[in-house]
Amino acid sequence: MNKLKMAASALALCAMAVPASAEEVKIGVISILEGAFAALGQDGIRGAELAVLETGGEVDGNTIEVITMSSDASPDSAVNAARKLIEQDGVDIIVGPLSGSEGLALRDLSKSYPGVTFLNGSSAAQDTTLRDSSDNFYRFGGDGAQWMVGVGDYAFNDMGYKTVAVIAEDYSFPYTQVLGFMTEFCEAGGKVPEKFWTPIGNKDYSSVVYSIPQDVDALFVALGGADAVNFLTQYSQAGGDKPIIGGSITIDQSILDSKGPFKKLLVGAPAGTPTVGDYDGDEWKAFTASYTEAFPDGFSAPSIFAHHYYMSTKAAMLALDEVDGDLSDNQAAFRAALNDLTFTTPTGGTMRLDKNRNGVIDNFVTEVYERDDGTLGNRVVKVVRDVDQLLGQDEEAFLASGPVSRDNPSCP
Amino acid sequence: MTLFLIVTLNGLTLAALYFLAASGFSLIFGLMRTVNMAHGALLMLGGYVGYSIVDATGSWGLGVVGGGLAAALAGAIVQAGVLGWMQGDELRQTLASIAISIIMADLMLWHWGGLTYQVELPEALAGGQRLPVLGVGYANIRLALMAFALATGLALWFLIQRTRFGAVIRAGVDDQDMLRALGYPINRIFVLVFALGGMLAGMAGVVAASALSIAPGTDLQFLLSSLVVVIVGGMGSIGGAALGALLVGLAEQYGLAYAPTYGVVFTFAIMVLVLAVRPQGLLGKAEL
Repeated sequence: MNKLKMAASALALCAMAVPASAEEVKIGVISILEGAFAALGQDGIRGAELAVLETGGEVDGNTIEVITMSSDASPDSAVNAARKLIEQDGVDIIVGPLSGSEGLALRDLSKSYPGVTFLNGSSAAQDTTLRDSSDNFYRFGGDGAQWMVGVGDYAFNDMGYKTVAVIAEDYSFPYTQVLGFMTEFCEAGGKVPEKFWTPIGNKDYSSVVYSIPQDVDALFVALGGADAVNFLTQYSQAGGDKPIIGGSITIDQSILDSKGPFKKLLVGAPAGTPTVGDYDGDEWKAFTASYTEAFPDGFSAPSIFAHHYYMSTKAAMLALDEVDGDLSDNQAAFRAALNDLTFTTPTGGTMRLDKNRNGVIDNFVTEVYERDDGTLGNRVVKVVRDVDQLLGQDEEAFLASGPVSRDNPSCP
Repeated sequence: MTLFLIVTLNGLTLAALYFLAASGFSLIFGLMRTVNMAHGALLMLGGYVGYSIVDATGSWGLGVVGGGLAAALAGAIVQAGVLGWMQGDELRQTLASIAISIIMADLMLWHWGGLTYQVELPEALAGGQRLPVLGVGYANIRLALMAFALATGLALWFLIQRTRFGAVIRAGVDDQDMLRALGYPINRIFVLVFALGGMLAGMAGVVAASALSIAPGTDLQFLLSSLVVVIVGGMGSIGGAALGALLVGLAEQYGLAYAPTYGVVFTFAIMVLVLAVRPQGLLGKAEL
């Protein structure tokens, strides 16, 4: 018996000793695992884990260890999580964060940790990469404006909406989404008479509901998670019947999978997104199949968060493979590999970076439809390939229009 | 003008919800001087259990009662199993209840996941009502909410002012030692009051999950609003909870309608003002 115990302890010691070897790459994943975004954040973690699972947990003999940390959507919580991962866990690479303003904070933090490479999760504020970018902060994905490309045009020309009111949360990501929508919509001749900016995590939207002008043709709703559910429920309860145009996370699969009677309002609603659960491209089908196989308790298809955490982690795996796990010299070779990396994304496009290390992406215009079994899904109306961060505009003119804010852009 | 009236109505309905949530909190504090930081978790437990019951049986009334009973049971266990052991040591009780709150929230995240749930409403409450005079649609559930809060408030008033059990509670608020000396089983009364507070919280949770929604984080939102409500209204007074809920609900809705970005400031401005001018709360009794 005693021998058995000793053997067991010896084994345990060995097991503990293995991770300390030099040939190990530690990846810290930061996502929101609490509060209104918890379900979405959990899916982000799944995406990162999936990319690691695909390599079998090692790249060229280097074992990959994933350490997760939760933030709470606030910039300082993301910074604390990153500091803990870097200083206590000694991670080499950080994947994350999830939310817009967190991304801006980590971009700033990355400048004081030149030895660590930051790969953005799904945070999509414009200025994370556009202005004041950081050499070791990469975004293998788009910003919120890229995610809306095609929608403003579709709403004006195909749906025939001339005036639209905006309801969005009051922080950098929705600002960027509204920019992406309004750039096209206003250029086409549409008007946005009023914008309502509400605090994140707001529960009771009834007073906003009654402030919406009666003479608009549709509502552009850029709210996420529980906020979207609350707004849409209260809007439908108050008898609201304006058509909805969705932001990228308003009509994500995670929202369509939520429970509640509000969902009838959404059928037929267009939205812009880089991720479509029901997309029938071959790459996407394969991606969905491996996602559902790896995570039977996940959503019915990967969400935008799983998709983006997956792409960033996948980029890290590919670049690591290219340099044989060489992270010496402040990860110089690894970063050079990241800069030149091109790979096929789950949506079938070619991911590559621009000079600010921001992704050139595929974007979709979608509409919500009811599947045969009564659940809701998004189907693709239009695919726009090769969307860059300047939305196809001249760089100088685009930068001159200034950073996004509550009042920029404007076309009342 | 229409907007102002609608927003006022919204403020009243939100106040009704806040009152439901805060009344149990205030009751427990009034008798035991326990700041029960697990109150939000009890509310969320009620909401989730109510959701599961409505989902399984299709009966909303059963869900409200079931959610209330589940939270009452949890409240009784919290008092009998943990907080009762440190009676009289308020700081330790507060810290222990924070721990319980975190543990409960994590267990609920584990069981129900992070999705946002809404309790399906019965036919009669699901739709909207065209309001006379104002001529706009208004959700039935919000109107029912006010009736529900009013009924709960009256029942609570009757229980505390007109029944023998209420007399014992009031005596306990005024002089615990004397009550004990008279031979009342004060520990059992404490457990009962905790169960009652939990019941109120649990029912509020189901109603909140029907009128709004429930998701991880709901517990802290309602704990915070309950704290503000009882601080403004006065700890331990049912009337105070009603007044506090009214002020906070209205402030929040006016803020959201007229200055959405700074809405949350109004609530705390009221709290700061009350603390500066009348620290025991508007209807609270000063500590002796």
